[in-house]
Amino acid sequence: MTDPFRAVPAGVPGRRLLPCGDEAVLVECADLADARAVLAALERTGPAPAGGGPVAEVVPGARTLLLRLRTGIDDPAVAALTARLLTAPATPDDAGGPGRGAAPTAVGAPVEIPVRYDGEDLAAVAALLGVDPAEVVRRHTGTVWTVAFGGFAPGFGYLVPQTSGGHLTVPRRDSPRTAVPAGAVGLAGSYSGVYPRSGPGGWQLIGRTDLVLFDPDADPPALLRPGARVRFTDLGAAR
Amino acid sequence: MITVVRPGPLALLQDLGRPGLAAIGVPTSGAADRGQAALAHRLVGNRPDAALLETVLGGLELRSDDPLWCAVTGPATAVTVDGRPVGTHRRVLLPPDVPLVVAAPPRGLRHYVAVRGGLVPPPVLGSRSTDLLSGLGPAPLRAGDRLPVGDPTGPLPPAVRLPPPAAVGELWLTTGPRRDWLDGTGWSALVGTTWEVSAESNRVGVRLTGPPVPRRTDAELPSEGLVRGAVQLPPSGQPVLFGADHPVTGGYPVVAVLTPTSADAAAQLRPGDRVRLRFRPGPAGGAHPVEPGAPATAR
Repeated sequence: MTDPFRAVPAGVPGRRLLPCGDEAVLVECADLADARAVLAALERTGPAPAGGGPVAEVVPGARTLLLRLRTGIDDPAVAALTARLLTAPATPDDAGGPGRGAAPTAVGAPVEIPVRYDGEDLAAVAALLGVDPAEVVRRHTGTVWTVAFGGFAPGFGYLVPQTSGGHLTVPRRDSPRTAVPAGAVGLAGSYSGVYPRSGPGGWQLIGRTDLVLFDPDADPPALLRPGARVRFTDLGAAR
Repeated sequence: MITVVRPGPLALLQDLGRPGLAAIGVPTSGAADRGQAALAHRLVGNRPDAALLETVLGGLELRSDDPLWCAVTGPATAVTVDGRPVGTHRRVLLPPDVPLVVAAPPRGLRHYVAVRGGLVPPPVLGSRSTDLLSGLGPAPLRAGDRLPVGDPTGPLPPAVRLPPPAAVGELWLTTGPRRDWLDGTGWSALVGTTWEVSAESNRVGVRLTGPPVPRRTDAELPSEGLVRGAVQLPPSGQPVLFGADHPVTGGYPVVAVLTPTSADAAAQLRPGDRVRLRFRPGPAGGAHPVEPGAPATAR
């Protein structure tokens, strides 16, 4: 029996191990980039979730990794794994890597999402940023995004700028809409995202895509998963 | 095949859910009271990952085309076969074309009806669970729905009769990742209050109402992964106990986490029930990190 919260080694600054009940632990990281470095370390050196190791599932967050365990948290393998994660190098591949706060480079070509930029909040977003709507579109399409983590709904990815095409940070709407259409492309905080299906939502809507973000009968069921890169393209609809 | 003659207020198909898909935003879902669901399966010799019915407040009537071993678990209630009382927590043979009826329980909320061989409608993403948050899986059952029954996967176990679970007046919790968002006063309020279960409770979560628990900060928390049993404290100070259909990530602090047994028990709470939250120290004597001076062993 080993308590993973005892005798934690001096880890990378900003990282902490936090309790989360009898069947999980939460690894808090310095920021999103650090969380991705720890996730890379977990995938590189830790037992794969599909294997027989102590981790049944990893749930990435904005600066955390939730490890759902298939063993109890007092399993020595959990303490060994979490000690390894807290001390894993902060930047797995330094050369040419992105700056602090950005997401590391993901492999593979970016997912392209064609958008009609005719969202109901496009003018409001432009006003908030002090630019015209065309500049909002230019910045949105000029940014390479990375899926930071999922949640909210199946197939939804919280997208963060990997290489910025210009400032796009705006607050959520004061009052959420009761019905946002499927395929709506939105902004909130420094995130962008695409609603996989209709439902309530408070993000600022700047456009809409016809791409299917989530299909439970498809393989893979989700177009976006953490680590994937995304580019939006302008379909040039009237605006 | 079985026929759902009356589904009652809410009857759903459930199994162990869809673990492993959280990264793409798919909650685990699955039976809300895992212990009682597993027990129902064991009584008829099913594998634990088979699918069964989960009801809310009884009111269920079903019939089978063929003789079929069944078991009902959950809170104590009247169960009849062809009008004859048979009780819960034992296997019973349901003859063809006669009603199995599960009455509304005097206390508690959810019953599990397992049939030998399990129910085998087409799975979605590897599971037959109905996820009410995400809209995945079979729709809630309606009168007249027909459900296919699978082949037995193991021997029929010895006939036993087990007691129904005791009524729940307290839930046990351990410290959560954001325990430090509460000072000693806030923690004492959480574990010192007799909470009332709100009508706005469902498979996603049980909302508690009572005197607001003060948080140390109104800061915003970046979204992070949630677990079943997470005790989340939104700015209102009214705790939410997350259930089987909890979202994958959430942005309010999780100050405590129910033990798995108490997460099951929370699924049996009904609106108006009163419940206390009791602290259970961590696995190695309460070594969880809490800020100095906090009542780490507060009761």
